[in-house]
Amino acid sequence: MAPDLWSLYALMLKARLFEEAATKLWYEGLISGEMHLGTGEEGIIAGVVSQLRDGDAMALDHRGTAALLMRGVDSVSLLHEFLGHPQGLCGGMGGHMHLFSKEHLAASSGIVGSAGPAAAGFALAAQYLHPQSIAVAFFGDGAMNQGMLMESMNLAAVWKLPVLFVCKDDGWGITTQSDVSTAGNLDDRARGLGLLAFSVDGVDAARVWEIAHSAIERIRSGEGPVFLHARCVHLEGHFLGLQTIRILRDPLKEMPKVAVGLTKSILKLHGAAVSERITGLKSIMSSVIAALRDPRRDHAHDPILHTRAALQSDETRLKAMEDRMEEDIHNILITVLGEVPS
Amino acid sequence: MKTMSFIQAVDDALAQAMAEDPHIIVFGEDIPLLRRDLLVRFGPRRVRGTPISESAFLGAGVAAAMAGLRPVVEMYMVDFLGVCMDALLNHAAKVEAFSGGKWTAPLVVRAPCGGGYGDGGQHEQSLWGMLAHIPGLTVIVPSTPADAGGLMLAALKQDGPVIILEHKLLSEMWLEFLGSGARKTVSFDIPAGGTKGSVPQKWEPLPLGEATLRRDGHDLTIISLGVSVHRALEAATLLEAEGISAGVLDLRTVSPLDKKTVCQEVIKTGRLLVVDEDYETFGLSGELAAVILEAGIAFKYARVCTQMTIPYSRHLEDEVLPNVKRICTAAQQLMK
Ligand SMILES: Cc1ncc(C[n+]2csc(CCOP(=O)(O)OP(=O)(O)O)c2C)c(N)n1
Ligand SMILES: [Mg+2]
Repeated sequence: MAPDLWSLYALMLKARLFEEAATKLWYEGLISGEMHLGTGEEGIIAGVVSQLRDGDAMALDHRGTAALLMRGVDSVSLLHEFLGHPQGLCGGMGGHMHLFSKEHLAASSGIVGSAGPAAAGFALAAQYLHPQSIAVAFFGDGAMNQGMLMESMNLAAVWKLPVLFVCKDDGWGITTQSDVSTAGNLDDRARGLGLLAFSVDGVDAARVWEIAHSAIERIRSGEGPVFLHARCVHLEGHFLGLQTIRILRDPLKEMPKVAVGLTKSILKLHGAAVSERITGLKSIMSSVIAALRDPRRDHAHDPILHTRAALQSDETRLKAMEDRMEEDIHNILITVLGEVPS
Repeated sequence: MKTMSFIQAVDDALAQAMAEDPHIIVFGEDIPLLRRDLLVRFGPRRVRGTPISESAFLGAGVAAAMAGLRPVVEMYMVDFLGVCMDALLNHAAKVEAFSGGKWTAPLVVRAPCGGGYGDGGQHEQSLWGMLAHIPGLTVIVPSTPADAGGLMLAALKQDGPVIILEHKLLSEMWLEFLGSGARKTVSFDIPAGGTKGSVPQKWEPLPLGEATLRRDGHDLTIISLGVSVHRALEAATLLEAEGISAGVLDLRTVSPLDKKTVCQEVIKTGRLLVVDEDYETFGLSGELAAVILEAGIAFKYARVCTQMTIPYSRHLEDEVLPNVKRICTAAQQLMK
């Protein structure tokens, strides 16, 4: 089976426009706390969520916005929630890390790794209450080191629970690169726990859709859980305002804030031998350099542009769709804010 | 006189101790970046990052402490102790008792805590009551840079597990993460006296389990800790204008609890108002009442605490966390 590229594109664009609007509102101070965007992972979310149906459940991490929008949660109530409004999806109680929609069997958590047990539980309920339904867990590569997630994979495998474990691998957990925190290979790890594992580049929503499609068929037919390992790049880094991304965008302004403390400390008496200190400094510098070389500056990693390129031959239809979606988000903002912020 | 920010003070006291004691090592998620100043001074053998595997690395910290190291284990936020409570509850806290007093686990756990900036109820809890409930754990909640540094040093000399909770509203690093670094459009109610303050030239350990009187008063005693101390001080100033003289006692450590000073102050005024950012039920505020009753002291009592899951909405959150208005109202009630 082949996916409908137009609907994948529409889902991704809807989420992107919403999150771009949220970004603006965050910078304007209307959204409080941290803000983790899903920009860059929309290809993975669209490829999976577009195949869910009534009765299927989702366990989400701290980047659940796109999945909820694509699943059909009302944009206005979601935006109200971000603003802490009583009319919000969760009455202003949850915020973007703690989003819940009972109607869609979708629950989020900011506790890294907790999507694993949640999806296992949703799937267990499905086995009794609505066979043929599945549960999807979305989590990052960092979460793969959390015990409860690995335990859930094993549990799902021995109980043949209908779970699709989706690892959105951006190579980072906040400022830590995964190659220094994760040993071995994630696919092997999942296989070792008795799961079938597939790998895919998340920039390609159509490819994600195809692989997820056969995985989900298998899961629905009761053959047990599958691990889907999808690579992606988070275009805004871990959360809005991440210091390493700021250094990358405005090094002259941001670097001194970091450098002053460093030079003071490296020269302090009593401490490690000079070689040890240099190694420490090197490891900080290499994380700054890694951020500089970060592929997120490269449009080639944007799943939306990737799918758009395939649709470009029908320019009229594309333009009509994009104009309509732009108007949609515009109307949502007008409804929620009374005006579009300039 | 030197001045330092709150986190600078903790790090500085830690650095002083690390320079003297090679057994101290520091680890936690993102620590190479978050404690970069320690990393470049003490090197990657003593300052290291971890995977997001709290049960493994906190549990390892306990046993490493038993085997002779003095680990400082960092949690991203106290809320996340939820995934690894076992290491504290069933291990760190039990070693000394189970070994008949022959073995201890001298580790220090650092964890940011507290709310007032809009992250919601899974990221803004206090939880010191839950931790102090467990025999065998020392729980520190400083409210000023000088206390934070001095108590950190004391923690590093303690022969057993210590948890030091650092309120995010006092932490430059968290405030920069959450706002000031990338946007100037949000503001939080940040207590100036807690974020920056004078510190000693050289750190000396402060005694654990010794409360300090921040303000004397003869009508009622407000007992508090952490950021709430500053809210209480602000309220006390307002109350004074109304002719109510409120003293403010800063506990500084929850466990051990300075029962002696607590009782002394309440005897003086006959009225106790507890201001506690932690949950109201089955916690510190009730414990204080029990301690004073057990001592046979007659007194009037009220408390301003967090009674529900902390809302995400900033406006709701400000009402749920102890604030100056609620403190003043409760104090006025007590005086009737
Ligand atoms: C149990 C727990 N530990 C630590 C954190 C702090 N934290 C929030 S997100 C994050 C990184 C998660 O990395 P990953 O799972 O790869 O997701 P990504 O943010 O890269 O999408 C960390 C350490 C947390 N929220 N929960
Ligand atoms: Mg990641």
